[in-house]
Amino acid sequence: MPKFFSDSIIFNYTWDQVAQGFWKRYPNPNSKHVLTEDTVVREVRAGKLFSKRLLSKTNSIPKWAERFFHAKSVNIIEESIVDPVNKILVTYTRNLGFVKVMSVTEKVIYKESEEHPGKTVALRYAWIDSQVKGFSRAICAFGYDRFKKNCNKMVSGFNHVLANLYSSHSPIPSSYATVKTTTKLKDAAKNASELAKSKAAPIYASLHPNQS
Amino acid sequence: MNSIGEACNDLKKEYDACFNMWFSDHFLKGNTDESMCAPLFKVYQQCVKKAMKEQKIDLQEVSKDILGGKHEKKVENS
Repeated sequence: MPKFFSDSIIFNYTWDQVAQGFWKRYPNPNSKHVLTEDTVVREVRAGKLFSKRLLSKTNSIPKWAERFFHAKSVNIIEESIVDPVNKILVTYTRNLGFVKVMSVTEKVIYKESEEHPGKTVALRYAWIDSQVKGFSRAICAFGYDRFKKNCNKMVSGFNHVLANLYSSHSPIPSSYATVKTTTKLKDAAKNASELAKSKAAPIYASLHPNQS
Repeated sequence: MNSIGEACNDLKKEYDACFNMWFSDHFLKGNTDESMCAPLFKVYQQCVKKAMKEQKIDLQEVSKDILGGKHEKKVENS
């Protein structure tokens, strides 16, 4: 039985930030299963950017399914189209090989949120299928559960990358200045306390000459 | 991230850095001229295509364009 999954989530970043972060989302603390990442096609067609990336990932499967998958890693093809005018990024990901055993296809549409201006909505759809006689139902159920679990990990991993890139959850540029000022103040405070410590040591020593 | 071909890692990093700059500073600002990173992409591609062949990756399957084509899966109405 093929399984279909869909959800939608909001990223607290502008579409431009999400689109830029998309290319940098690996590595992140939740992406240890992603082994390699390569761009194999990239071209502009009619003002849109078409890319194809080849990813390899570890393949974690339950014991009972090992007879069907005898590979330690799987290759994934990720096609994407960036429309910079309408601000839409579409990705389409599928596994390469083992497609009869289990095929996982995912489509994600990233676009500006109408309800939350300045934020980005990601609409995610996934299809999980298997053609293994007698086992397809179990494999689909497993694939569906694994996909669902991994969704949360993908989102928090991507958010981690976006937070690193853009420092603040607010996309308003003035907040950068705030962050920078805070860092500077922190540095100044740190320097001052270090200076104080270094000056304090000889004072302490001179006050307690017998202890040194 | 590493490339699938160990020998391609440096070429990939150089290209990725160029691409990210181009994407932010040119493409998103309406300049679609791709020539900026083209030389880096070319040498990186030569390396990665060789690595893919060595690792017996199904190049025909890789070359299929599914997104936007007739084989793209359709979203069910829910």
